[in-house]
Amino acid sequence: MTLSRRHFLINSSLLGCSAAASPLLTPLTLAAAPGENRLVVIILRGAMDGLDVVRPVGDADFAGFRPTLGTVESAQDLDGFFALNEGLSALMPLWHAKELGFVHAVSTPYRDKRSHFDGQDLLETGSNDRNGAPTSGQTGWLNRALALLPNAGQETAFSVGAARMQLLDGDMPYSAWNPGAELSLSPQAEVLLTRIYADDQLFAASSKMAIDLSGQSDQMGNSGRADAAKTLAAFAAERLNEDTRIASFSINGWDTHGGQKRNLPRALGQLSNAILALKVGLGRNWQRTTVLAITEFGRTVAENGTGGTDHGTGGAMVMAGGAINGGQVFGQWPGLSELDLYQNRDLEPTADVRRYLGWALRDLFGMEASALGASVFPGLDMGENVGIIA
Amino acid sequence: MPTRPEFTLAARFEYGIRPDQPRFVGSLMDQLSSPDPLDISMPVLRTPARLKELQKLRAAREDASMLRQAQRALRRQAGQDIMQLLARMVRNPRGFRERLFAFWLDHFTISPTRAGETYLRAAYFEDAIRAHISGSFADMLKAVVTHPSMLSYLNQNISSGPNSPVGQRRERGLNENLAREVLELHTIGVGGTYSQTDVRQFAELLTGLGIGPDGMRFVPNRAEPGAEHILGESYGGGQAKLDDIFAFLDDLALKPATAHHLAQKLAVHFIGPTPPPDMVADMAEAYLESGGQLTALYAVLTVHPAARSEQFRKVRPPFEYIATALRAIDFDADLLANASVRETNALGQQLTAMGQRPFRPGGPDGWPEAAESWITAPQLAARIFWAGQVARTYAKEHDPRALLGAVLGEAAPEALSFAVSGAESKWEGVALLLVSPALMRR
Repeated sequence: MTLSRRHFLINSSLLGCSAAASPLLTPLTLAAAPGENRLVVIILRGAMDGLDVVRPVGDADFAGFRPTLGTVESAQDLDGFFALNEGLSALMPLWHAKELGFVHAVSTPYRDKRSHFDGQDLLETGSNDRNGAPTSGQTGWLNRALALLPNAGQETAFSVGAARMQLLDGDMPYSAWNPGAELSLSPQAEVLLTRIYADDQLFAASSKMAIDLSGQSDQMGNSGRADAAKTLAAFAAERLNEDTRIASFSINGWDTHGGQKRNLPRALGQLSNAILALKVGLGRNWQRTTVLAITEFGRTVAENGTGGTDHGTGGAMVMAGGAINGGQVFGQWPGLSELDLYQNRDLEPTADVRRYLGWALRDLFGMEASALGASVFPGLDMGENVGIIA
Repeated sequence: MPTRPEFTLAARFEYGIRPDQPRFVGSLMDQLSSPDPLDISMPVLRTPARLKELQKLRAAREDASMLRQAQRALRRQAGQDIMQLLARMVRNPRGFRERLFAFWLDHFTISPTRAGETYLRAAYFEDAIRAHISGSFADMLKAVVTHPSMLSYLNQNISSGPNSPVGQRRERGLNENLAREVLELHTIGVGGTYSQTDVRQFAELLTGLGIGPDGMRFVPNRAEPGAEHILGESYGGGQAKLDDIFAFLDDLALKPATAHHLAQKLAVHFIGPTPPPDMVADMAEAYLESGGQLTALYAVLTVHPAARSEQFRKVRPPFEYIATALRAIDFDADLLANASVRETNALGQQLTAMGQRPFRPGGPDGWPEAAESWITAPQLAARIFWAGQVARTYAKEHDPRALLGAVLGEAAPEALSFAVSGAESKWEGVALLLVSPALMRR
């Protein structure tokens, strides 16, 4: 944290106008970080096709549903039953080191309407409503989890990237930054800025953070699209090496209605780059890190008429990090015979993905299962420990 | 210097005040009742002409370097189209018209990526949207659903009825994308009552809509045979034809749920996240009574007392913000219309940093409405950075105090007047005005 810049701002405000209400005069409290474990939640927007990422090639019915997508040659064998999409093959060393794992046939409670936007609302607010209503107040489950964390401060959780993450929205303070952003005003103008924003809560809060953070990151400049997620991940790693323990960002590009063979590996490349950038950036902290990548729902079991898949129900979660119990595909496999499918078209979810998220929070941060069921994931039955954290 | 009511209407329903421009004489609704001179003075190449250009390109397919060159030219034109769109917002005294145009093109979002598709984008905006903003919603809906841009964005052009001759022969099948989004986003809304079966049946009804060299082409060979049952009614059944699809879209446009969805969306866009329920109900009722005329919605919207409230609950998204800020400093719209590729790309990068990659929303639901979606720390930092650059480059000579009066008039907040006069340079005074909530909110 560059304190010199903050001092400079305070000095100039004293020379200039009155700064009675300036938030810059309030010293930032650097609370002791809550423990050493780290959690990164990646939202895969657009509905990742879990069946094409972690292919159940050992299921006799699979090949028939996926005449062009399910081909085995390019996939990497995982455990004899599941095979990994070639778009993630750069992560195979992590699999062998038990630092990569998956949960299959999971979903949020959302059913039937298959809307991305409702699905993501549900995924991020942690709601229990099968029709897609977010939790009351529409706060994110990760924000509510922060409330259970003793010593949580402004920087304990970080939302990374230009877009707002509903996942982290709520009553608990958190930080947000997009690596690459920079102000260009004089310190005096920055002081005046806080004055014109003082009466507008939304602007006041964001401008304080913008002024505090600009100039702090070493990675300026716009990064190309191909490694956009990598840049976010590298910045997240920087923060996680400091006081941050929870970071979150999004990766887009999963809505593969057509040309899935080409488009899915592209999105997987972003995910794979992001995970590797976290590992490199975190150094030895990688051993204390859990990465969970989740999506709003899965896609149809059958390939559609256009080389893609349509909106479905059950899907998969991707996990990585030195702290996980990797090298395995978790979850109960429902099968793909006609009777096994959900509404004759989708993978039947055999577990609520929120259970896995809940137990990860419990194992990483010591949050009580009862408290998680009460406030973070209302209405969720936590059940037995799913054991994804080593 | 604008009065408070003048500022309020210009902020809420237009792109704010442009000091060097006389105000449009007449009500907001009057802006829609006569032809817009800008449609003639700043014309856009329309769909048929653009499709012809794309056809010529097919000849270039064989030669890789020629193809690359041609694709570059298409993307360059697509960039110029965006600048022209911005130029119209910055110049047009009929700001309400431009705002409605922006509203509907977001309602019917496309997010093209391939060169040819980006080239066609501005023609889609013009022909499917702008031509219909003061007409009937059903006409706009039909124009959108049959435009090649929408057909290709939501994959309709590659969908075939599983039992159609093409589906049988080539083992092609259905794609539900367009059917789902028309119901969920464009008409009755996700809160309305429809089932997966309705989506499926509608997707079957839509089969046959394809793209030919001259635009939309109905291909009966791809249409699913038999009648479709959607939302309790039956459509088609005879020889498959476009009119069956239009019959359903006409019905869909006049569903009470559609009326409510459109009224609510317009009210949320122009008034705030929780618009007065009586306003929304009156809008929907007027729309249905008029047989689906969009002006019926606007007429209620613009005269309701909430339209005159001085509480501004919304934040302008980046593209709209840029247009508003450029108007505030009397920016020359020709500089935008004639911008270089470099300038165009630079603006695109800045908009992306503000959270809005130009005309590339993440999904078919378009850009978010919530004020909170646009003012995170990094997004606000990007706005401040941009405003600083603009003020330094183009607005140095303005006296920030005079500009404040000309743009905000009686509505200038005291803290802003203080800050603008207290800046250490003229350009910073202008920059502070440009980044003030008074200019960003509406």
